[in-house]
Amino acid sequence: MTESTIPGTGAAVAARPSSQAAAALRKRRYAADTRLRVAGLTAILAAVGMLGLLLWTIVSQGLPAFTQTHVRLDFPLSAELVDPADLEATNWRAVVTGGLNAALGETASPAQQRLLSQIITNNAQFIVRDAVRANPSLVGSSITLSVPAADPFDGLNKGQVLRDVPEANRRVSDAQIAWFDQLSAQGRVTAPFNWGLFFNADSRFPEMAGLAGAITGSFYLLLVCFLISFPVGIASAIYLEEFAPKNRWTDLIEVNINNLAAMPSIVYGLLGLAVFIQIFGAPRSAPLSGGLVLSLMVLPTIIISTRAALKAIPPSIREAALGMGASKHQVVMQHVLPLAMPGILTGTIIGMAQALGETAPLLLIGMNAFVTSPPGGILDASTSLPTQIFIWADSPERGFVSRTSAAIMVLLGFLLFMNAIAIYLRSKLERRW
Amino acid sequence: MAGYLFLAIVVLATAAYFVGTMSGRRLVPAGGEKVHSLPGYHGLLGAFAVFIPAAIVLLLWLAFQSRIVDIFLVNSLPSTLIEGRGTGQMSLLLSEIRNVAAGVVFSEPVPDVVAAAERLKSFREVSEWIIAALVAVLMLGGFLWVRSQIAVRFRARNAVERVLSGVMVACAGLAILITLAIFFSLLYEAIRFFSVVPPLEFFFGLRWEPQIAIRADQVAGAGAFGAIPVFVGTFLVAAVAMAVATPIGLFTAIYLVEYSSDRFRSIIKPTLEILAGVPTVVYGFFAVLTVAPAIREAGGLIGIVMSPNSALAAGLVMGIMLIPIIASLSDDALRAVPRTMRDGSLAMGATPGETVMKVLVPAAIPGIMGGVLLATSIAIGETMIVAMAAGLIASLTINPLDSVTTVTVQIITLLTGDTEFDSPKTLAAFGLGLVLFLMTLILNVIALTIVKRFREQYD
Repeated sequence: MTESTIPGTGAAVAARPSSQAAAALRKRRYAADTRLRVAGLTAILAAVGMLGLLLWTIVSQGLPAFTQTHVRLDFPLSAELVDPADLEATNWRAVVTGGLNAALGETASPAQQRLLSQIITNNAQFIVRDAVRANPSLVGSSITLSVPAADPFDGLNKGQVLRDVPEANRRVSDAQIAWFDQLSAQGRVTAPFNWGLFFNADSRFPEMAGLAGAITGSFYLLLVCFLISFPVGIASAIYLEEFAPKNRWTDLIEVNINNLAAMPSIVYGLLGLAVFIQIFGAPRSAPLSGGLVLSLMVLPTIIISTRAALKAIPPSIREAALGMGASKHQVVMQHVLPLAMPGILTGTIIGMAQALGETAPLLLIGMNAFVTSPPGGILDASTSLPTQIFIWADSPERGFVSRTSAAIMVLLGFLLFMNAIAIYLRSKLERRW
Repeated sequence: MAGYLFLAIVVLATAAYFVGTMSGRRLVPAGGEKVHSLPGYHGLLGAFAVFIPAAIVLLLWLAFQSRIVDIFLVNSLPSTLIEGRGTGQMSLLLSEIRNVAAGVVFSEPVPDVVAAAERLKSFREVSEWIIAALVAVLMLGGFLWVRSQIAVRFRARNAVERVLSGVMVACAGLAILITLAIFFSLLYEAIRFFSVVPPLEFFFGLRWEPQIAIRADQVAGAGAFGAIPVFVGTFLVAAVAMAVATPIGLFTAIYLVEYSSDRFRSIIKPTLEILAGVPTVVYGFFAVLTVAPAIREAGGLIGIVMSPNSALAAGLVMGIMLIPIIASLSDDALRAVPRTMRDGSLAMGATPGETVMKVLVPAAIPGIMGGVLLATSIAIGETMIVAMAAGLIASLTINPLDSVTTVTVQIITLLTGDTEFDSPKTLAAFGLGLVLFLMTLILNVIALTIVKRFREQYD
């Protein structure tokens, strides 16, 4: 087929065109060439532009979530409000309102009180309670704490909630804005770095929600996934590359592995649900089950890259070792494997990055649960970074849009870090033969 | 418990390694015969003998103990408690007993349940003692066996290598086991589904309304499980994605192969790899946050009313995700065409564009087709983008501006939340999963065969 398709021959040779016609033809051909070049460049620009748009969207949406508006208030802990003997029975909501009243002066009606207390997070009562519990000697005086502002006021402070919108279309009332401005004028409103994003677990309130649970969950997931897929992957790659005879059986295994690598991830989730959870009774929503599923999923990746790394070791190494009297196993274990290690680790890290970003199978395992504390082990219910992103993306509160983007930035940061290690290993440790 | 046992196994296996190494070292060559194996091999064999049988038994116990304990528990329940319960209520009862045993009590349990919880605790205790004893005996036996074998002529190295080979074969066989496990678990649940919903209705029905009542007293539709609208929606989204990804990916590859400078290529290739490395949940969020509103607004400008979760938005974003796959596979295919053919074409006076379009692309067509098929299979199986950006309602349409649903979206929505394993609603997900598995399997096999054939052609 190749000889017949070489261009520009037949017609041009058979009847020599006049120089004018030839010039026109050449012009057309060059124009076609330019068109193709422009099309190629456009395609690349489109792809890169989309990547740019994606990153820009995420970063511009996510950056505000890295600061969190706080309101510093002095909460009165008078003896009539707080009973040091029985902190649980205290009406902490009243203490919080007292703090707001202390800053803004008494407000009249209960309805107004409620509007007022909406300025700071609903969890303020628990923050104050925990602070007092940690330091009970404060009872009788007052305590000064910086508590997160509620999501709408965080937005107001960051300019996301616009003041010139009619009051009915705004999530904050004019009265609340006036109070907030008063607090602001007293220098009580600050916007420090949002450590809560990393150290708080999930919450229904955007201002309190953080990634601690998701990051711990993802860590346990990757731990389980690595402990299973790394040894198993290396063992099967060594067998297939170094020991396996070339027969139909090993061909079948090879086709199988390539197939598994291209299998949709959700199918692994179905497998995990039907086998690990239904048959073996593994706990739902737990990193153990999720990690098992992910390890099956990344196994083909690790096998394929390990085989490539083993293949890259020149036969001369093997022959030299065999010539010195080493057994086949000694050759592989003591010479080939150590030399291939950088390549194997690179492939493993890439596989782990793939596992870190995977969502669909984890949803079927139930790792999109609402869990308000970080998991203590691989058997506790937990979320993971990607499923947390999925949960937050589904949440209706406005503040979660920005939190989701921030969570994506954290996830991309981890992925970037892992890939950077892989690239470093590849460039520094891998030998060229 | 299992954790401590495993720790004990690891510690004792390490100890066995050192003991074995010591005894190996103490062997004295006798009668002009050298010691066959290095001391380390005696140690390794000891460690294997302690570790492998005990670990296997422990794993089997972990996998099956809860089922076996359940069987004992169910058999011990008084008939008054069991009578008139279906499978669903039975599993409710079992989980209540488990909760009581774990000390989680929501409402005052009946005395029978409390007694059953006590029995459950004692069953568990007995099973733990049995496994601990079994593991201890296995470890001791393995250790003593290796001790008795250690001798000057003992082929410890050969034994270790045989064990290692066995482990490696088992690991390699795991790949086949996974495929079989996927296939049979899907098939098993799908058969249960088809015993409720006839296959004819599933494969040819035109209405998909899986929201049926879970409890008898709930008000809900009767449910319809005709999957044609779901399949059509899947292909529609995949078609939009491929319509975006194929030209962009192919032209990118053509430019990189024929026109680009090495420097430009060395920048663009990693950039495209970033596009391939972005998790799909991020693409899904991007689709919801940016692309879908933009498309809707654009449609509004020219006076077309669009659904907020149109197939177009999901397909477009999925297409962006697929660009690097098509680009890199086409790039490989174009590069695999022998240099002589390219040089020959250029030497005959063809422009670079003519060389690509009339020599390289025709020669690389199998490889490019393989890449396109592989990308199609990914598009069909992709979950997160459609789960976030496509709709939930199955409507039979091929208009990309409408909202459609896909196989993967339905699997996710049917199986997240409370799953009860004997309702046709959750079993339907496995029916869809089986279809998805077979579809992608066939596409993958074709694609991989084409790519492999093509590679061999020029190697």
